[in-house]
Amino acid sequence: MKPAQFSYHRAGDVAEALTLLERYDGEAKLLAGGQSLVAMMNFRLARPAALIDITRIGGLSYLRASPDGLRIGALTPHRAVETTRDPAVLDGFGVLPRSARWIGHYPIRVRGTFGGSIAHADAASEWCLLAVLLDARILLRGPDGERTVPATEFFLGLYETAADPGEMITEIWFPRPARHAALTEFAQRQGDFAIVAAAVSTQVTDGTCDAVRVVLGGVGTRPLLLDTEELAGAPAGPATWQAAGELAAAAIDPPSDGHASGDYRKRLAATLVTRALAQSAMGATGA
Amino acid sequence: MTDRHTIRLRVNDREHTVTVEARRTLADVLRHDLGYTGTHLGCEHGICGACTVLVDGAPARSCLMFGVQADGSDVTTVEGLADGEQLSDLQQAFSDHHALQCGFCTPGFLLLAQAYLGELSDAEPSEAEVREVVASNLCRCTGYQGLVDAVLATAKARRAAGPDGAGSPGSPGGDPG
Amino acid sequence: MTGGAGAQTTTLNGNRAAPEAALSPSGRWVGAALPRKEDRRMLTGRGRFTGDFTRPGMLHAAFARSPFAAATVGAIDAAAALELPGVAAVFTAADLGRPFLRAVLERDEFVPTPMPMLAGDEVRFAGEPVAVVLADDPYLAEDAAELLDIDWTPMPAITGIEAATADGARQVHQELTGNCMVDLTMCESTSLPGIFAAAPVIVGGTFTSARVAALPLEGRACVAEWDDRDDQLVAHVSTQVPHQVRSGIAQALGVAEGRIRVIAPDVGGGFGLKCVVGREEVVVAAAAMRLRRPVAWVEDRSENLTASFHGHEQRYVVRAAFDDDGRILGLSADIDCDVGAYSAFAFTSAVEPLMASSELPGIYKVPAYRARGRAIATNKAPTAPYRGVSRPQIVLVMERVMEKAARALGLDPLTVRRRNMIAPGEFPHTGVTGITYDEGSYLASLDLAEQRVAAGGWPAERDRLRDGGLLAGIGYSCFSERTAYGTPVMSQRRMRMTPGYDTAHVRMDPSGEVIVTTGTCGHGQGHETTFAQIVADKLGVHPGQVRLRQGDTDLAAYGWGTFGSRSIVIGGGAAGRAAHQVADQLRRVAAHLLEASPDDVELADGAARIRGDDTASIPIGELSRLAYFQTHRLPEELRYGLEARASFDPPGTFSNACHATMVSIDPGTCQIRLRRYLVVEDCGVVINPMVVDGQVLGGVTQGVAAALLERISYTEDGQPATTTLMDYLAPTAAELCPIEIVHLETPSAFSETGAKGMGEGGTIGAPAAVLNAINDALSGTAVSFDQIPVLPTDLHAALTNTGLTNTGLANTGLAGTRTDAP
Repeated sequence: MKPAQFSYHRAGDVAEALTLLERYDGEAKLLAGGQSLVAMMNFRLARPAALIDITRIGGLSYLRASPDGLRIGALTPHRAVETTRDPAVLDGFGVLPRSARWIGHYPIRVRGTFGGSIAHADAASEWCLLAVLLDARILLRGPDGERTVPATEFFLGLYETAADPGEMITEIWFPRPARHAALTEFAQRQGDFAIVAAAVSTQVTDGTCDAVRVVLGGVGTRPLLLDTEELAGAPAGPATWQAAGELAAAAIDPPSDGHASGDYRKRLAATLVTRALAQSAMGATGA
Repeated sequence: MTDRHTIRLRVNDREHTVTVEARRTLADVLRHDLGYTGTHLGCEHGICGACTVLVDGAPARSCLMFGVQADGSDVTTVEGLADGEQLSDLQQAFSDHHALQCGFCTPGFLLLAQAYLGELSDAEPSEAEVREVVASNLCRCTGYQGLVDAVLATAKARRAAGPDGAGSPGSPGGDPG
Repeated sequence: MTGGAGAQTTTLNGNRAAPEAALSPSGRWVGAALPRKEDRRMLTGRGRFTGDFTRPGMLHAAFARSPFAAATVGAIDAAAALELPGVAAVFTAADLGRPFLRAVLERDEFVPTPMPMLAGDEVRFAGEPVAVVLADDPYLAEDAAELLDIDWTPMPAITGIEAATADGARQVHQELTGNCMVDLTMCESTSLPGIFAAAPVIVGGTFTSARVAALPLEGRACVAEWDDRDDQLVAHVSTQVPHQVRSGIAQALGVAEGRIRVIAPDVGGGFGLKCVVGREEVVVAAAAMRLRRPVAWVEDRSENLTASFHGHEQRYVVRAAFDDDGRILGLSADIDCDVGAYSAFAFTSAVEPLMASSELPGIYKVPAYRARGRAIATNKAPTAPYRGVSRPQIVLVMERVMEKAARALGLDPLTVRRRNMIAPGEFPHTGVTGITYDEGSYLASLDLAEQRVAAGGWPAERDRLRDGGLLAGIGYSCFSERTAYGTPVMSQRRMRMTPGYDTAHVRMDPSGEVIVTTGTCGHGQGHETTFAQIVADKLGVHPGQVRLRQGDTDLAAYGWGTFGSRSIVIGGGAAGRAAHQVADQLRRVAAHLLEASPDDVELADGAARIRGDDTASIPIGELSRLAYFQTHRLPEELRYGLEARASFDPPGTFSNACHATMVSIDPGTCQIRLRRYLVVEDCGVVINPMVVDGQVLGGVTQGVAAALLERISYTEDGQPATTTLMDYLAPTAAELCPIEIVHLETPSAFSETGAKGMGEGGTIGAPAAVLNAINDALSGTAVSFDQIPVLPTDLHAALTNTGLTNTGLANTGLAGTRTDAP
């Protein structure tokens, strides 16, 4: 299981990375944490002509909370999100550090990057789900300049995004806090990719749900934002969480594979949505 | 047309210069180009963790890195943990608690634990927390109990020894500061 | 034969090496938790595994493998591969003379079939090697292997027992009928039909166990080269059975055994995968001989999961008759093992069905019995004797049968077990299949387990889990483990190559250091330490002075390796006997010098002294120096050194255990979690308790995984579906709970040390205990399982019909259910 040949380049800054991407015209891949990409290359499932190592580019690893929201640099390791103690991050965006623990294992979180997960676009990836849930914006830089794509429009299919081959993700911006948000998932073993994952957030006023937002992972080729209109106005409580779970199960037609039947995925969706909503209602600490 | 690079890296505080193909994994560079065969390959897709080393102080699965990425870096392998013939406290704990049988996964667990214990600062971890970290790597022989016990015992002993006693003399990465 | 429960020790999260100061002052090393000698090199990265070797001019091998489960093979065009710079050669079966192995049982019910080392004109499983590429490095070898142009004509694949045994099915091997490699009815009590006709209660069912992979962390590997000076092939192989590999290479390549040396260096686990001869090792040897250059092959994990050897895919159709008191009257079983495409050398594919048929009754007194065992060939990877070899399955069957009988009769399942077990006064007991069970503590271990479950508050915890909305259950399994099968027992199988005995050589050198050479081949079991403990006790020296040499066919005339929980009894027994002879020599030399009778000389703490006389003692190092350097001072019969060779060939001896476990089931996710695990085990005299506990823990982990996680899958057309460690779910530490181990000690009368083998017990007993716990948790529903693994998706399907959903388990305050937020 040794990879096929490729040319290796180390980019010193974003401009250099973009130049190299252009030179290889879609046949090069950006190398950040490598936790997904290199494994695929070892299997020879991925055979890029070139790798552009962006890990030494400075200034792309940060967590900045401000009234403007939370901005996360693309090269921020998962571990940095997991272990942040910045009260500004924890206050409005605590769902992110709390969810980091679900990503693989500790050593994978040390090297893997936030932007890498977004770019890889696995349908059950925690950051992809939370990006959709919290209506994040993906900042891309390409030969023609910068652009922003809403997360809800970024994930097109399995491992497929709206980024052009010549573009690089530089930042993920979460414009609004979500103090009542939770992510939960299920896998048979600790650290495995989720069979089903549920990311939820609620907005509650005086005991009534103004809005309930539910994103599911693992039930299709990309994160699925459910239509939860009918839950608006429902009382914030176990009956509504249960109804949301049932709504989720009814709304999906998940595939069957070696790990789980489609029907079992529906059960998981119902369970996980219900439990995530119960957790999210507990407040920013998740306690 | 093979893309070859000459890289310089420090392994266990020793300088090396070597020319390698771009696609040669860090694990293979360490094992076969530089002779540090203590790092083992158990899966080559980043699941088993047997290939874990420290790169610039942080744990890395060397099967998921290319040697060229380590150009200019400091690498710690299992061969760098002991101080001459003196085992580190962590290595000794592994033996005391029977945390190894065939020994193949052992280097990966040592480096994993080394990194984790280095990050711990003051907190004394619970059995569940240690078990969660030990769950990062696979072992087929031991059933993990000895591994959990060894890491817990080392964490406890280091905490009892106080801030200056973390790790044993000469064990890299043992300083939590 | 005296017996009964001896010393009891308890280990709970405290399996530790004993500091030497805590050891008995008399220096009795057997029984001490001596720290392992193996550890130092493993902890410092100085272990030497096969893939670590580099030899000058070494080539690397990569194999081109069949993408089809069944196909005929036409032309193999290697032109493009050979054009790559650095590619030295490409070999097909024809190039190497079509080497093959044929494992044989000399009995009519077995149909021998060949296993080609490289497939010739037919491939029989996806992943079967058809050609080998030799190149300067493994990356290049893979590049070249991709460039081989191979003409395949696929055939429909036979992927299961039903399809294989159906009328008119294509035969995986032309020699076979009904795709049966063996069809043996081992026992057929004529009274059975009448017993079933008259019995008040009959229980039974169909019990299935999925195909699993041994998954040692180190895959297979081989480095072979021709040694011109010794005029032999030298092959370093990651194996459990170096002599059998030597025999295999010799037979496949038509070379005399003496011209081959196989060395097992440090081996990173085996679990039975490596106790057969693999194809690639033979091909590498052949390539090395042809090219007269060293050749290396290191299996990658995909190959290990798909193209090496699997195990345990079995199906039992069972009926058991009971009387009103829950005593078993008769047992009938039809046992089918899906053994894949080839019969492995040297055990043959019959090993699983034969062991299952002959040992199914286990610890229970079954008066009338019938079992038919078959090995069915399919277009899947071949099988090897993976840890436990049918015992996990037969224990599962019997433990489920006991539970079902109890349920049918309204009796306590533990009571039913007790009524059927071989009781303390009944040993030795020869069972209906002719197997003699030596003294064990079946009843005592169950009693103790039951006590500890109660004392440990398990029922209250189970209730608490249930109150929280989970399902929870407790399950038991009681069983014996047959170990240390000597030649007489093995010969009943009629293997052409019959293992059993082993031989040890012990010599003391002039400085008093001892070298023990064994034909067993440890790979994690701590033999360098435990054998040293046995020998040190005999010779009165410190184990630090005793060095074990193992795994080298040039050092031992023949040895059978390490498998089947044989080594400490047979290898250690032979070593003990040889050491005894050397001790005798030492005593006689000392007696000569001290002018005493040898019977009055004792060896202890590094010296020989006259019993009761502290003044008359000679250091052992002095005796050894004399024996070599001043040999003329000794009488003729005591001259020329200190060494002895001895063999040991026991009838076999049974260890036993009782496992108890508690699981919880989350109806919302169908997750099954292990909550508590207890092992009460008896392996006779314990040589090193730390090592024994380690074997139990590792074995239980594999057994739990077989019940909850692991399954090798194929698609309907025979494509492997579990090809990576993402698909094949070997457990991490997080899937386990702490395991409590308690020891009883019923010494074996058939073992030099009183020890019994025990390496497989954990794997044998765990699946049944977990399955029983799952079924206990489900006892309020109409759902039960007679299969392993029980996966969440299986539970979901079964529970769906019962209306159990309960998705709202948040805020139950239950720590650690993984679907909660961190």
